[in-house]
Amino acid sequence: MEIVGAASKRGFGRPVEAPCLLDLSALSGVVGYEPEELILTASAGTPIAELERLVAQRQQHLAFEPADLGPLFGATAGRGTLGGILACNLSGPRRIQAGAARDHFLGVSAINGRGEPFKAGGKVVKNVTGYDLCKLLAGSHGTLAVMLEATMKVLPAPEDTRTLALRGLDDEAGIRAMTLALGSPNEVTGAAHLPRVATLLRLEGPRPSVAARVDSLRDLLRDQARTIDVLDRAASQALWRDIRDARILPGAPDGIVWRLSVPPATGATVVGAIARQVAAQWYYDWGGGLIWLTLPAGEDGGAGIVRAAAAAGGGHAVLLRAPDELRRRVPVFGEEDAVLAALGRRLKASFDPLGIFNPGRMWAGQ
Amino acid sequence: MRMPDPVRQTMEAAPRIVADLRRLVSGEAVIADSEARRVYESDGLTAYRAMPLAVVLPSTVEQVAAVLAYCHRNSVKVVPRGAGTSLSGGALPLADGIILGMAKFNRILDVDLDNRCVVAQPGVTNLAITEAVEDAGFYYAPDPSSQIACTIGGNVAENSGGVHCLKYGVTANNLLGLEAVLIDGGIIRVGGKQLDCAGYDLLGLLTGSEGLLGVVTEVTVRILRRPEMARAVLLGFAEVEAAGECVASIIAAGIIPGGMEMMDRAAIHAAEAFAGAGYPLDVEALLIVELDGPAAEVEHLIGGVVEIAKERGAVSVRTSADEAERLRFWAGRKSAFPAVGRISPDYYCMDGTIPRRKLPLVLARMREMSKLHGLAVANVFHAGDGNLHPLILYDANKPGELDAAEAFGADILKLCVEVGGVLTGEHGVGVEKRDLMPAMFTPVDLSQQQRVKCAFDPDSLLNPGKVFPELHRCAELGKMHIHRGQQRFPDLPRF
Ligand SMILES: Cc1cc2nc3c(=O)[nH]c(=O)nc-3n(C[C@H](O)[C@H](O)[C@H](O)COP(=O)(O)OP(=O)(O)OC[C@H]3O[C@@H](n4cnc5c(N)ncnc54)[C@H](O)[C@@H]3O)c2cc1C
Repeated sequence: MEIVGAASKRGFGRPVEAPCLLDLSALSGVVGYEPEELILTASAGTPIAELERLVAQRQQHLAFEPADLGPLFGATAGRGTLGGILACNLSGPRRIQAGAARDHFLGVSAINGRGEPFKAGGKVVKNVTGYDLCKLLAGSHGTLAVMLEATMKVLPAPEDTRTLALRGLDDEAGIRAMTLALGSPNEVTGAAHLPRVATLLRLEGPRPSVAARVDSLRDLLRDQARTIDVLDRAASQALWRDIRDARILPGAPDGIVWRLSVPPATGATVVGAIARQVAAQWYYDWGGGLIWLTLPAGEDGGAGIVRAAAAAGGGHAVLLRAPDELRRRVPVFGEEDAVLAALGRRLKASFDPLGIFNPGRMWAGQ
Repeated sequence: MRMPDPVRQTMEAAPRIVADLRRLVSGEAVIADSEARRVYESDGLTAYRAMPLAVVLPSTVEQVAAVLAYCHRNSVKVVPRGAGTSLSGGALPLADGIILGMAKFNRILDVDLDNRCVVAQPGVTNLAITEAVEDAGFYYAPDPSSQIACTIGGNVAENSGGVHCLKYGVTANNLLGLEAVLIDGGIIRVGGKQLDCAGYDLLGLLTGSEGLLGVVTEVTVRILRRPEMARAVLLGFAEVEAAGECVASIIAAGIIPGGMEMMDRAAIHAAEAFAGAGYPLDVEALLIVELDGPAAEVEHLIGGVVEIAKERGAVSVRTSADEAERLRFWAGRKSAFPAVGRISPDYYCMDGTIPRRKLPLVLARMREMSKLHGLAVANVFHAGDGNLHPLILYDANKPGELDAAEAFGADILKLCVEVGGVLTGEHGVGVEKRDLMPAMFTPVDLSQQQRVKCAFDPDSLLNPGKVFPELHRCAELGKMHIHRGQQRFPDLPRF
């Protein structure tokens, strides 16, 4: 069976080969929210947008900045569910400072492929009892278990936000500036480089702190860029939302989209190797460590070129958006070596021995 | 403590096994002599001891792979070991198993400041990672109190925390990549210097797996820039409830301190007598709240914390004036364990986590239990994240006291689960909390975890007898069904 929440990211991963659909969108609602314990428990089908509204009332947020990739796949915005975000382990720009979705995933109740309900983790922020199956389920794209309910860590939302926009830097210089900023004690919570637009550095926190850090960062980067603009709170928030959701990705609305995760300082080199061979467009998040890249459709969607470049940089690439036919042929999540692949198959069987859940989603025939 | 029955054939084959292992690693890297083996007979949970069959100290990943493959072929059990500071008996040897000591993996392989990470071998101590980058202004955030001794490989295996983990996360949140060897000798590499990995999150799964899934042979950790400033406030309260409310109010006000530690009266007195930190002695609870970050932020927030503390009825408020005073505030807390060690011949350190609002209830119940078991208890507490460290005072030379301490400890942990918390916040299950696992997990929960174990180690050769209260054969788990929580295989060994 194919498992969906709001079905907003159905186009992510290999096309599932299953005759029936398990729709969890009705499994929705907050089970418990304890702001002072920094804990939120909700059913898996609860829309992320609803959770974000709820915790915002107490000046809190999901610090990993869940991305809303629905629109990238042609769905309407704001529909993604908690289960979907976790199954895809999607984190936004604050990943560099606050961690990924999986780092905020504290407890789960789920059903395995034997039809047995089980739970793992707990409902407190610190816990090492038993294997951390939450982390394993995060990013497993629904291939191991059906998540019913998740407990998340929530954190205070920043009082203020500013963004420094450095103008006129090429990719290399942009990444150098981001590296400098991220290696400074200014607690940068977002670092993106949009070619020919700006190199962006986000500062968040209490008002006086943000103000002081804007000055300190500007001093630090004075020699890097001739013009440094400061974007206010509203402009910052809108811009980082677009960066988070890949809305600023140039190129055709049906172009092929890759998401590369590489050691941040190598970002420009990796992109350079690709751009020398195909007509690509791209931008960087995570200080250069996350590359959103779009290509015109081609034989293998650029897989050979993109993967070779990512691997040379020490990272990897995920084929995020492509026609079904292409995602069937090209391993969306890349190839694993024999030892890892065999281990992955045994892990899958340990949850879902008959291969019921999302067959083919991550790898062909599995 | 029941451990799996030693396999007689393995015990008898010891000389041959030792000879075989000496062909895989250099001769002196296999310790068979009983005097030298004794060094490894226990870890930080010293109440339990066992002599391992042999100790093997490999120095390359190829040797680790060869030793594990050999053990796999010959059904020899393996207990991985870092520095042996585990407080849950994770590195406790087995009479029919080898200790695989990672001490020779003691090199830092790469300091990469541009990518803000360090690649190290697993036997490097936690503190050595910070030392390798501190000249450049960086540090490795998770800071267990044992950091001068414990290894980064042991930290990964236990998913260790420290006093700063509410703000900066535990080991799992600071780990980027690792290399590990599976029981059949297969070598896997997951993650790297990038932030996301593709495929199943084996990095997350291996972290905290207590040496049951694989042997870690290399780690890549994230390093952070040292905060510009750190200042601490020392807050005394006449009642524990008020201290607990103060913690909740600080967090509700949107402040996540770098560290927020609580001590009860017994711990305050012991620590003050030992370290002379200048703690007030006429209070029931003491909080150390440390704010770190950009100077402007610390100055701003410290005012907020003091204000909240006063509203919550703090009877004593002191803000560190300089770095020396800040360190003095911490000196008492950091020496709480040895301080308690001085007022009692032995102490037993517990490690449950509770929802913070349950603190007054849990402390009150703990006082009742203390009377019931006839043993005193002192509490130090990672207040920010609800991680309790009750220290039970006992004298192992008095007949029955060790048993009473263990029974008291088990009652505390069951109470943690009862109020919505968990058995262990950072020290791991090991052998210590193994038999309490059913208090927190159903048989189905546990069999799902054990099936994961089977995917890595179908013959249960890696650190068996730890974490799981029952040893199931994987083939049986594959078919096992649990009917309304009843046990299907009453005749299988349970210990
Ligand atoms: C005084 C004191 C204070 C402490 N304070 C803290 C604290 O503040 N926070 C905290 O979290 N813990 C604390 N601890 C507990 C302990 O230090 C940690 O659990 C630590 O991570 C253990 O590291 P180690 O190298 O000593 O591992 P060991 O004790 O040798 O082993 C621990 C476990 O890890 C496994 N293991 C070790 N190395 C590897 C490897 N390379 N691959 C696979 N498995 C491996 C072992 O099999 C065992 O199960 C404290 C302990 C003491 C004695």
